Amino acid sequence: MADAPQRATFYELQAENRRNSVLLIVGFLALVLFLGLGLDVFFLGWSPGGESGFGIPLATPFALLFGAVHASYSWFAGASQVLSSTGARPADPNDPLERQFENVVEEMAIASGLPKPATYVVPDPDPNAFAVGRDPAHAAIAVTRGLLETLDREELQGVVGHEMSHVRNLDIRAMTLVTALFGAAALLSDVARRGMYHSGGRDRGSSRRSGDGGGMAILFLVWLLVAALAPFVTRLLALAVSRSREYLADVSSAELTRNPLGLAAALRKIGAAHHPTRLITQGSAHLCITDPRGWSVNDREGEGAELFGTHPPLAKRIAILESMAGVVAPPAS
Amino acid sequence: MFMALLFLVGVAVVLALWLVGQFNVLVQLKNQVQNAWAQIDVQLKRRADLIPNLVNTVKGVMKFEQDTLEKVMNARARALGATTMKERGDAEAELSQGLGRLLAVMENYPELKANQNALQLQEEVTATENKVGFARQFYNDMVMKFNTAQQMFPGNLVAQMFGFKPSEFLAVPEADKAVPTVDLSLS
Repeated sequence: MADAPQRATFYELQAENRRNSVLLIVGFLALVLFLGLGLDVFFLGWSPGGESGFGIPLATPFALLFGAVHASYSWFAGASQVLSSTGARPADPNDPLERQFENVVEEMAIASGLPKPATYVVPDPDPNAFAVGRDPAHAAIAVTRGLLETLDREELQGVVGHEMSHVRNLDIRAMTLVTALFGAAALLSDVARRGMYHSGGRDRGSSRRSGDGGGMAILFLVWLLVAALAPFVTRLLALAVSRSREYLADVSSAELTRNPLGLAAALRKIGAAHHPTRLITQGSAHLCITDPRGWSVNDREGEGAELFGTHPPLAKRIAILESMAGVVAPPAS
Repeated sequence: MFMALLFLVGVAVVLALWLVGQFNVLVQLKNQVQNAWAQIDVQLKRRADLIPNLVNTVKGVMKFEQDTLEKVMNARARALGATTMKERGDAEAELSQGLGRLLAVMENYPELKANQNALQLQEEVTATENKVGFARQFYNDMVMKFNTAQQMFPGNLVAQMFGFKPSEFLAVPEADKAVPTVDLSLS
């Protein structure tokens, strides 16, 4: 049966997301440890031998504790934070369009065998959609009012199928984790850099005391670099994770609806709408079905676009979907 | 000697753990198949509940379609009164076909398109029809997973040992396979 390899892929997708999540957490802990130890060594005068400064590293446990608390707070509150930052409100079952949206979400939940996610509407005229949540049982799918007004039922089903796939493949979980860790890492590196400005004097003293000025200076530079680049690198990471997931969610959507042309038509309409989705800001761009910053980013191709865009080019995604339906030959990638 | 014994015990423990794991996977899949089956039933019941409402709303307007409406109501009655699985399956398939036709024909009545209540019912029936379809699709997906797990080596050994039986796929009803023909002449 043609379905067999796709089924396998879906488990592989989940497994890959689980693996990535573990790697992310390990990487995050390493980063926090590194930043914290750096603060201790360079600014608080602590050294592993323990002969100077405070007897115990103070900044390291503080950074760990702070990072853990901040990240777990975002982990649990992240979804509602994103929703409220976009101005999303629960879908109104008395409104015909929003009632249809709820029905379509329930249909896709049945098709994927998952609990029905909460449904939200963002009062923005530009068509877009996103999914958030830390696991399938606590997921939410939000669409803009513009999306409901632009798409017909089949197209909406394709879009909701795409979001449902993000839920099922645990993409939303990985994204919530990236966002939580990103926020904590950004704050910590900010604290680290502030620490540097405020205690420059002690820094010089401690590195002289350690008696290995050259080596320490290099270490210090590396530490500075990491502290400065940590948020940027985490951001690139989030983008990379998001991009690779979009094609897969498109394909999974077609697998759920058995109708790849519905999503293809939806993407075409969304792409033609051009306007940036004002209510959805930079921080949640990687969650959306197309880049909310507008057409210029969605149309771009090539290395730069592939590195900094949150989404693969729309034309490529449409071509893949149409090739699934046998309309055109698959695109050369 | 002692090492060899230890080795054998280790192998036995690993084997037992694997057996337990395989058995649990099969039980889990079996329950998922049963649950998926129950889901279809839930959606079919919802559909049966909606139909009288829909028919009452449209029958005044759709004078030329009394035949279609009657067919839908009859199929519903037979589905609800069915005593065997076969009877029920046939009635539900006929109901799907009749509803599909009804929904298609409703498009031809401007009065219905202006009627908020009719539009709302149309959306609900469309959604329920889709839900029935997706519940069937999910059931078949689960059956495929369950059967594959029973047939692939070495899961097949465990399945045989504990007497797991493959589940049956739901056939796509003949009515759904046929391209729907809608008579638009209305005469």
